Amino acid sequence: MAAIPSAAPGRWQRFRESDLVYHFKRDKVAMFSFALFLTFLLLALFAPWIAPTDPYDKMSIDIMDSEIPPVWMDDGDPRFLLGTDEQGRDILSTILYGSRLSLTIGFLAVGLQLFLGIIIGMTAGYFGGRIDSFLMRLADVQLSFSTLMVAIIISAVFKAAFGGEFFSRYAVIMLIVVIGVAEWPQYARTIRASVLAEKEKEYVEAARVIGFKSGRIMFRHILPNCLSPILVISTVQVANAIMSEAALSFLGLGLPVDQPSLGALINTGFEFIFSGRWWILLFPGLVLVALVLVINLLGDWLRDVFNPRIYKG
Amino acid sequence: MLIFLLKRTLQAVIVMLVISVVAFAIQDNLGDPLRELVGQSVSAAEREMLRDEMGLNDPFIEKYGRFLKNALHGDLGNSYFFKRPALDVIIDKLGPTLELVFGATVIIVVFSIPLGVYTAIHPNTTFTKIVMALSSIGISIPVFLTAIMLTYIFAIQLGWLPSFGRGEPGQFAGIESAYFSVDGLRHLILPCIALSSIMLPLFIRLVRSEMLEVLSSEYIKFAKAKGLALNRIYYQHALKNTMLPVLTVGGVQIGTMVAYTILTERVFQWPGMGFLFLEAVNRVDTPLITAYVIFVGFIFVVTNTLVDLLYGLINPTVNLTGKGA
Repeated sequence: MAAIPSAAPGRWQRFRESDLVYHFKRDKVAMFSFALFLTFLLLALFAPWIAPTDPYDKMSIDIMDSEIPPVWMDDGDPRFLLGTDEQGRDILSTILYGSRLSLTIGFLAVGLQLFLGIIIGMTAGYFGGRIDSFLMRLADVQLSFSTLMVAIIISAVFKAAFGGEFFSRYAVIMLIVVIGVAEWPQYARTIRASVLAEKEKEYVEAARVIGFKSGRIMFRHILPNCLSPILVISTVQVANAIMSEAALSFLGLGLPVDQPSLGALINTGFEFIFSGRWWILLFPGLVLVALVLVINLLGDWLRDVFNPRIYKG
Repeated sequence: MLIFLLKRTLQAVIVMLVISVVAFAIQDNLGDPLRELVGQSVSAAEREMLRDEMGLNDPFIEKYGRFLKNALHGDLGNSYFFKRPALDVIIDKLGPTLELVFGATVIIVVFSIPLGVYTAIHPNTTFTKIVMALSSIGISIPVFLTAIMLTYIFAIQLGWLPSFGRGEPGQFAGIESAYFSVDGLRHLILPCIALSSIMLPLFIRLVRSEMLEVLSSEYIKFAKAKGLALNRIYYQHALKNTMLPVLTVGGVQIGTMVAYTILTERVFQWPGMGFLFLEAVNRVDTPLITAYVIFVGFIFVVTNTLVDLLYGLINPTVNLTGKGA
């Protein structure tokens, strides 16, 4: 969240008495979403210790165990709570490892977006003039294409250019880069709008009079005051990135079958749904929807609390 | 106005040029056209001669110039797989894709406007809360998951509707379309619902928030104070001003739907552009990939430019000359 409690106790005290926490304690939906999100995060983080089996370990998989339905059904096996997929992998374990990958890609891709967005948005907002209009035109143009479309085309070209094998080996990095590059304009616009508003304020004037350099004013003075809109769009962007990753993996342009994310699991499950083996698809699907939903709900709540001047586009 | 028009058109042309450079770079670096032509059995020396003859060893700019000249004549090369001009292959598949986009747009317009207006006028009813909750959930379900779920329930379990393909399209006034036959319509229902599923919640929210903004404005308060009938205020005065931003965002989103057709077409094996593109990627059919990139880029640029121009025409407060923007 906004303030990390690792700082001085005074800061922790301030955080506990802040508006954010005040609103949080009075909103059941936000508390519930946050709890669920935290659960997902912890489960994903500790997947290697929690998961009953290791889906990457080919030795532990037995093809004889394939396509077993969940425990509560007639042919269920108590070893596999949610059943197994076509290779005999435990679905619960693949989901745990899959959400780990989905979340990793989501966070890192948003990190990249944030990095690009801050540099570009700050430059455009602070310096203005020609640089500003050029960068914002660029953002407009890229936004006018669907970000999903851009991501699909870039990864399709990567895949065709480097071949399937190379692509699957570096799929995680590719996806982070593709999703990160496809969505920077969102950040750049929001940050530019906040910078424009902050730039006129007196503290910036004061800093300039003291003789601080542009870089210092931009990052030490203006940036901290733009944090709340950044936080709001970051939540939505993480949800978007997870969705984009799932869509790309579903199209076969993302993670390979032996290293499945939630989207890749759904892709595998799709082949088996016609023969009635619904559990291979349904459970990863539910986890994906739940994950995206709680992040979106948190984003909605944050937006209501901060009510920032998000660039309306 | 003329300056605005020229500026927008110029911008569109520049964007198209950038897209063509990207597309050409893809074509230039992906695959070897010579191998597609002559196979493996030609010696290295002959190959080199052929390369020179075909101009494959020319500098990038020269090759790009040729590519651009051909592209302007509508020639984007031949598809390796179909052995036909790539652009023709894509345009053949444009119809089915547009059928999906059209159906989804109809669903979105029919549902989002009444629901958005209702939820804005009655913010505290149970129905509003249900609609808003459902739209929060709807935004979080990926299109392909909705599509698969619909297929599973209505095609596999209940057997009411076909699960894939476009069926037997009908003929009407010389145009072939799935809308002109019962079989085609049955095939259209599920993909169209699936495609609209992600945009519908977005549009309900958009209509609602614009309507709320309009309802809190001065002139609506004034109309109320004047004693005008509430229905007249809502549907005649407020709705009109709500539709303006909805139209502009909507126009752009219809372009965005092209991206989502790829996902829908993959699930339903709908023979459209998106499905074609995925096949082209798997076959490394470079000319077809290039043609798709250019074609889709063209659709986006045209819709965006048109929407911008329309907006400039309808809304007098838009700064037409772009000064100070």
